[in-house]
Amino acid sequence: MNAGVVAVIVIPFVSAALLAAVPSYRLSAAGTVAAMLATLIAGLSLPFATHEAGSYFILDDVNILFIVLNTLVGFTTSVFSASYIGHEIETGKLTPLFVRFYHAMFLAMMGAMNLALTANNIGLLWVGLELATLITVVMVGIYRTPSAIEAAWKYFILGSVGISLAFFGTILIYLAGQKPLGEGAAAMTWSLLLAHAPELDASLLNLSFIFLLVGYGTKVGLAPLHAWLPDAHAEGPTPISAVLSGLLLNVALYALLRFKMIVSANPSAIDPGPVMIVMGLLSLIFAAFMLFQRRDIKRLFAYSSIEHMGLITFAFGMGGPLANFAGLLHMAMHSLTKSAIFFAVGHIAQAKGTQRIADIRGLSVTHPGLAMGLAAGVLAISGLPPFGVFMSEFLILTTTFARHPWLALLPAFGLLVAFAALLYRLQGLLFGEPSEPSHEVKASSVPLIIHLSLVLVAGLYLPQTLVGWFERAAELLK
Amino acid sequence: MTQAYDVSHLLAGLMLVASFALLYQDRIFAVLNTFAAQAIVLSLAVAWEAWTQDRPHLYITAGIALGLKGIVIPVALHRMIVKLGIHRDVEQVVGVGKTLILGLALTSLSLMLVLKVTETAESFTREGLALALAIILLGLLMMITRRNAVTQIVGFMSLENGLVLAATGAQGMPLVVEVSVAFSVLIALFVFAVFVFRIRERFDSVDVESLERVRGDRK
Amino acid sequence: MLFVGQAIQMVLVIALAPLVTGIVRKVKARFMGRIGPPVIQPYRDLIKLMRKETVFAENASWLFRAAPYAIFAFTWVAAALVPSFASGLMFNWAADVIALVALLGAARVFLALAGMDVGTSFGGIGASREMMIATLAEPAMLLVVLTMALAAGTTQLPGVADFLISAPITVRVSLALALVALVMVALAENARIPVDNPATHLELTMVHEAMLLEYSGRHLAMIEASSQLKLVLYLSLIVSLFVPFGMAPAQSGVAAWAFGGFAYVGKLIAGAVLLGMWEVSVAKMRVFRVSEFLGGAFVFAFLAILLAFLTREVMR
Repeated sequence: MNAGVVAVIVIPFVSAALLAAVPSYRLSAAGTVAAMLATLIAGLSLPFATHEAGSYFILDDVNILFIVLNTLVGFTTSVFSASYIGHEIETGKLTPLFVRFYHAMFLAMMGAMNLALTANNIGLLWVGLELATLITVVMVGIYRTPSAIEAAWKYFILGSVGISLAFFGTILIYLAGQKPLGEGAAAMTWSLLLAHAPELDASLLNLSFIFLLVGYGTKVGLAPLHAWLPDAHAEGPTPISAVLSGLLLNVALYALLRFKMIVSANPSAIDPGPVMIVMGLLSLIFAAFMLFQRRDIKRLFAYSSIEHMGLITFAFGMGGPLANFAGLLHMAMHSLTKSAIFFAVGHIAQAKGTQRIADIRGLSVTHPGLAMGLAAGVLAISGLPPFGVFMSEFLILTTTFARHPWLALLPAFGLLVAFAALLYRLQGLLFGEPSEPSHEVKASSVPLIIHLSLVLVAGLYLPQTLVGWFERAAELLK
Repeated sequence: MTQAYDVSHLLAGLMLVASFALLYQDRIFAVLNTFAAQAIVLSLAVAWEAWTQDRPHLYITAGIALGLKGIVIPVALHRMIVKLGIHRDVEQVVGVGKTLILGLALTSLSLMLVLKVTETAESFTREGLALALAIILLGLLMMITRRNAVTQIVGFMSLENGLVLAATGAQGMPLVVEVSVAFSVLIALFVFAVFVFRIRERFDSVDVESLERVRGDRK
Repeated sequence: MLFVGQAIQMVLVIALAPLVTGIVRKVKARFMGRIGPPVIQPYRDLIKLMRKETVFAENASWLFRAAPYAIFAFTWVAAALVPSFASGLMFNWAADVIALVALLGAARVFLALAGMDVGTSFGGIGASREMMIATLAEPAMLLVVLTMALAAGTTQLPGVADFLISAPITVRVSLALALVALVMVALAENARIPVDNPATHLELTMVHEAMLLEYSGRHLAMIEASSQLKLVLYLSLIVSLFVPFGMAPAQSGVAAWAFGGFAYVGKLIAGAVLLGMWEVSVAKMRVFRVSEFLGGAFVFAFLAILLAFLTREVMR
């Protein structure tokens, strides 16, 4: 088994255990950053490793992409959270004990996500995702205010229901796999299931895909299963919002894609494409309209995440090399941009002491650097060139237009509505008379800058190796 | 052969009856006792599967179900309810009669669905799966139609009981999955306990409806 | 031969009915620490009533006079159909469970109408409560008998009984659930605790008794006999469906019939004793909770038939 794969999983878990014992919260913050750096290095070694598909772990074009992204965003988020959470102690929102707890849980969550990403056994995939979900549930409620508890409770109930239904779908796929592969671990190995996909019982596959779609789809935030998402983003600590939007949604969609690959490979099973297209469009348009009425800044960007995940699902539903490529690219770009936005939002929340949009005004006067960062992030996520998000959205729209011209109108419409809403809100935040209070930005701005630069560079010039990488993954996804 | 089938049918059927009984109760302690009974029946069912399928590691799962869900968790929740002074009666969103009829409809639906879809599988598996899906859906129904946080927890755990039943019915599922299911129950309990305690800190009851007053969607 | 057997059955049930009621009352009394009336007291009561004068209200109609006879006839025919000591007797071909339910329903309709006939408020209360209970109990009962029919492959009662005598006894949840449901329905239909108290005359608690208040003399005797017969009928039904051991199968000789007769009487007595013990240990429910009780019976019956269906589908 590849050393890199082992490292990306083991390092976070071991560090979590170690740091839980460390008494000083500053040390645990530094330890988290160090552990995430180590994990990032391990992750970066993976593109150069040989692809393999063992009985429990797999390394192929599809998941290398995700692992690298995961470890990168995890590292930058840990840098951000190290300084951000320290400030939370000063404002009295958290005690040092909880900060230590927070860092240990953060690492465990990253380990669980990496476990899900590298799993070849569908049961192991499920374990990783459930573990990550449960940990984020605890983190969302960490402030222990009434609204935080309610948000965490809602997340917990919906997330657990989703994960249970996904487990039932997993059992059904195992049953389907028993015929060609016999009992035991072989029938749970994803690569073997894919290879024998045409032999699997079609009606069992259909039923299991429905369960998996509903189960994992809840974690992706597809409408109408999205109810937990806005509250969880708004009430949890900002680094967790960044991780939720930037990483956990992606990992859940990755799980869904693995199963989509199996179902697509069976000619007599239902075509998952149309279902995904419908759900994606529903999420996209619904979220775009919801952007108008939001009064809390984190909730606003949470709906933006729903909208983008809807667009990505739509792209994967369309299928074909170009749409898949665009979907993968968008996943990466959205991940980087959305986490950057949440970093900025975190700075703003600490600078202004509030999350209410009405109370945040005149940022361009009081915090010009932060204002520029936020503006860049919002423009990026709205799909303006020259940022990378524009490239992926453009690709999705053109390929849809080429295949089903009328269908392309819908996502275009949704994107325009979202664009208008976000720009309107941005204007209110940045300009006008500055509102009281106004503190300094204490947390590190470096992660924000790194992410936005990456997105900008990707929009201008995508290196050929990366393009080839995405293309190969798109091929596999059909 | 028939005897093995009959016993597993009996045990799975008893679990289903327990799920209905859970829907019917209106006092928290009765809910906990019924859940404990369901967990005990689950452990018997898993142990029986361990014997007939000749898979000794399933005995561990049976032991976990019996010890953890049959004894430890109900006792812990019992103590928590007494200590925190949580409301002892369960309020329902829909009346008992309608809930039971919904439960019957869901059971019929799951039976029809699984029987139709699994035409190629063995009879043990088909039947176990059908009853397990019914139990899962009934657990879900319980979570939806209850206002008290503790009973929502119990509904979720009865849903997991159904999952364990399904997993053991699907013959040959590797141990990795079973251990992980048990593990997730552990984590779930941790989360629950932490939650209920925290919820207690802020409110006088664990009534979820009073939580919903703080709904954020209008923000 | 079959005719003789059928005649014996018809006489047997009518002869045993007051005895069963007497045993129930005696058991209840003993458990409550009293000595209680002798077991043959109901016979004496019936004879006494037969000799008394019948008095009618001024506005009683023909229905009021005819109802007791109709009720008695329907119940007696139904009781003759349920296999007791032997199956396969002369009325075999008519012993369909649905016919049984229809006969009992007809008897109930007459009783309710008679209760309302004179226009007293007690009669009205009793009739409406009785119909409410019936509305909830009949579907449950139909589901129970259909479960048994599904298992046996026929709706003929003797066929079901034969199937259960000869088939190996396997532990089946659906049968257990069906039994529980049928017992609950039987308690409701026979006006026993916890649904109705057969010994009460308080207006808040009467259901069955309320409809009889205006009757006297031989009419009252007939109605009392009918309700005792109904109890025997339900006991026989439960016994023949769920514990049919000792029942003589179709086309067997007199010896088998005699043995079956002993078994039957023994089972009836056991049932009566159990009923008496049950009645002293449970409290009567308030009337509006009866619907929950019967709803529970319905759920059990529905589950029984679902599970039986599942077994059949899976084993095919």
